Amino acid sequence: MELNAQSIAFVVFSIITIGGAIGVAATHNLVRGSYWLMVSLFGVAGIFVLLSAPFLAAVQILVYIGAVGILITFAVMLTRSMTNMRELFNQQWWLSAAASALLLLMLVIGVLLPVWGPGGTLAGNPVSDQVATTVDLGRALVDGNQYVIPFEVISLLLTAAMIGAIVIAREQHD
Amino acid sequence: MVPLYLYLLLAAVLFCIGTYVVLARKNAVAVLMGVELMLNAVNINLVAFWRFDTPSTMMGQAFAAFVMVVAAAEAAVGLAIIIAVYRFRKSVVIEEVAELKG
Repeated sequence: MELNAQSIAFVVFSIITIGGAIGVAATHNLVRGSYWLMVSLFGVAGIFVLLSAPFLAAVQILVYIGAVGILITFAVMLTRSMTNMRELFNQQWWLSAAASALLLLMLVIGVLLPVWGPGGTLAGNPVSDQVATTVDLGRALVDGNQYVIPFEVISLLLTAAMIGAIVIAREQHD
Repeated sequence: MVPLYLYLLLAAVLFCIGTYVVLARKNAVAVLMGVELMLNAVNINLVAFWRFDTPSTMMGQAFAAFVMVVAAAEAAVGLAIIIAVYRFRKSVVIEEVAELKG
């Protein structure tokens, strides 16, 4: 990997992403944990920009940092009495750590083993620099031959989930 | 261009941190945060493979967008359940909420 603006940006956004994730795992105060989560999600948005997906980066900022992050912050504050828990992890945390480390080892081996052939995980350069744009994404989402059915179904799913969330979280007045 | 495997390694590390958070944290809200981290790692993988293997179609980006929508729905329903459970049990520690009926 040669040293240029892109690789420097990749390293910076990787550090932001991983650092934020470690902050989520390690912080005692969950309000701070939710802020660390937003930091990590911002790093992922930067990675999307590097992968020439600017629309996804914008959606990542708006939906994840704007909506999900605020939602989680509110949930932490509404369950306030537990935000300063003395014990961060459950008693089997070492088992979880071993399982996660094993999973990471398997994933790293799977990525780095040269068994996927050309165009596999070790590809140094994309197959072409002709990248579909946001306009293409917009067309694909309403094109009858592409993603209009999944698009409508996912809209329905989101509506149902929101109504369900309101019903579940509403206080019962009997 | 940064090679593909670096993106995949980044996603793998992020996914495993998320897995650890999901498995080890006691607070239910923290567990949901771990799920969000895992979904984001999957999204990095989807977009990276799209960019390197099929950049002229819309498959990867469309899938990543769908994953984001599902993640938003999951966060809304999950947090609603956590708040409902907290109102009922005065606790968000997962181990103390082991029974569905109570």
